[in-house]
Amino acid sequence: GLFVWHLKNTGVRQLPCCLARLCRGANDRLITFQYFSFLKRMYVTQYHNDLSQRAKPKSEAVVSPFRELQQLEQEKKVIHKISPISPVQQPLSETSSRKELREKTLTAESEELVTSVRAGSKDDRQWKEMKLRLDDLPGILARLSKIKLTALVVSTASAGFAMAPVPFDLTCFLLASLGTGLASCAANSINQFFEVPFDSNMNRTKNRPLVRGQISPLLAVCFAASCGVPGIALLTLGVNPLTGALGAFNIFLYTCCYTPMKRMSIANTWVGAVVGAIPPVMGWTAATGSLDAGALLLGGILYSWQFPHFNALSWGLREDYSRGGYCMMSVTHPELCRRVALRHCLALIGLSTAAPVLDITTWTFPVVSLPINLYISYLGFRFYRDADRSSSRKLFFCSLWHLPMLLLVMFTCKKSFLEKEDKGDLLSEGPGRAMEIRLP
Amino acid sequence: PPAHSRNDWIGPPDKHSNLRPVIFYVPPEESPLERRLREARQEAHACDQRFWARHNRAFSQEKEEFIYSRLKAKGLEMRDGTGQKATLNAEEMADFYKDFLSRNFRKHMQYNRDWYKRNFTITFLMGQVALVRALRWLRWKKKNV
Repeated sequence: GLFVWHLKNTGVRQLPCCLARLCRGANDRLITFQYFSFLKRMYVTQYHNDLSQRAKPKSEAVVSPFRELQQLEQEKKVIHKISPISPVQQPLSETSSRKELREKTLTAESEELVTSVRAGSKDDRQWKEMKLRLDDLPGILARLSKIKLTALVVSTASAGFAMAPVPFDLTCFLLASLGTGLASCAANSINQFFEVPFDSNMNRTKNRPLVRGQISPLLAVCFAASCGVPGIALLTLGVNPLTGALGAFNIFLYTCCYTPMKRMSIANTWVGAVVGAIPPVMGWTAATGSLDAGALLLGGILYSWQFPHFNALSWGLREDYSRGGYCMMSVTHPELCRRVALRHCLALIGLSTAAPVLDITTWTFPVVSLPINLYISYLGFRFYRDADRSSSRKLFFCSLWHLPMLLLVMFTCKKSFLEKEDKGDLLSEGPGRAMEIRLP
Repeated sequence: PPAHSRNDWIGPPDKHSNLRPVIFYVPPEESPLERRLREARQEAHACDQRFWARHNRAFSQEKEEFIYSRLKAKGLEMRDGTGQKATLNAEEMADFYKDFLSRNFRKHMQYNRDWYKRNFTITFLMGQVALVRALRWLRWKKKNV
């Protein structure tokens, strides 16, 4: 458990690097580590961006470029703060040459962020031709499909797959991840297609491709169809029909239930939490082919996590939601908002305790995860009591590292699907089987 | 936008509605279908512009009134000693946000319905136009081969 505490102390968002564990060989480690560092980097900048934009009042065009540059300075500082921490990661998986590569990509990304935001603010004052440029297309489609969110969804699905008590099947894993990713791209594109005038009016979302006219609605729908149909087909035919059905249902839930409901009733938050809970269930069913208690537990953990995460985030966006006509608990029922967040933080403790009861993890899991669950519950309680910006931000940032940490700990405490006596035989059988991680 | 351009042009966000205006290119050989599409888009933009400009103006106005009345109740002025505009903190504003949202709920419901209808119609028309253009191009290709 030493390295787990090490990671926790860095305070950096970590992803379930269960992928790194399962893949043998240096090449696999390089791929997963790059994936992991990319996600970590963009996660910090994305959320920092979000919150900085929130702090900005509705300002005139003159002021905003300066504000944005100021935010960039902050973001750059954050990015550079991460790189000194990288030595901690050395024991995990990298050699010094890869570290250099990572730092190069880090600075390249921060440059890109600077130029893209600068370009964004310049664009705002110019007339642009509505012509689709092919070299812009990948970037536009990435933003249309909310590629970062999709990556997170895929990683929760991978966590579900990894926790399933079956031998690890690489092809199945890749197909399930790809299918889930495509389904998520489709759902996100349709969501943006439905929300153009509302997105234009909110600070957080006003730079989306459809809002800026960089792509036509027709193309957005075609893109969504061309991601969704192959994605679901891949899941149904390449993995199993249950996973495909769950994927299709999730797309439907997100686009046809959650998106319109956002403007009709506060119940949308609960629907959204279900949407977030389904990917790990899909990962599990992809591995096992059936919906067992373990899948539901994992889904339950993600479901409960959504509430502190989203309620804390929405606390600072109340003005935009009110003006935009979004029915969110933070605006209409603020007390309920905070109570629900706290309730679900506590539920996480309960769910973590249920995991060994259902034979998914050993009893080490509730013990090791208790500190982080208590911490997020404590922040949830502070949010409930204080109801101010700083407590909501603390809770939100905590939720960002809490989930990956929890999933990581869960994976390390995963119960081997073999009997304890057969562990010796397993070791002699070679690669291609799930390995139980032994903590020092 | 330059006169020789054959594309639509999209501009910076409007000050009141936050929506981007579009100048449509009218090709000389525009078919009735294409004209229907263009007019639908123009009408949609005009509707959206009207709605959001009015809505946002109402929001800032009511917000000002709310702040004024609250400050008055607290016995403060709009501008404090240093000439800075006095504001209420987020918790005090929360009452206003809740109230504004509930007051405008029906207006939003109506707008949502209209927006979804318009969005689907326009996208469907775009699909039809694209299909017609593609068929026309294929026919032209076949003729020239």
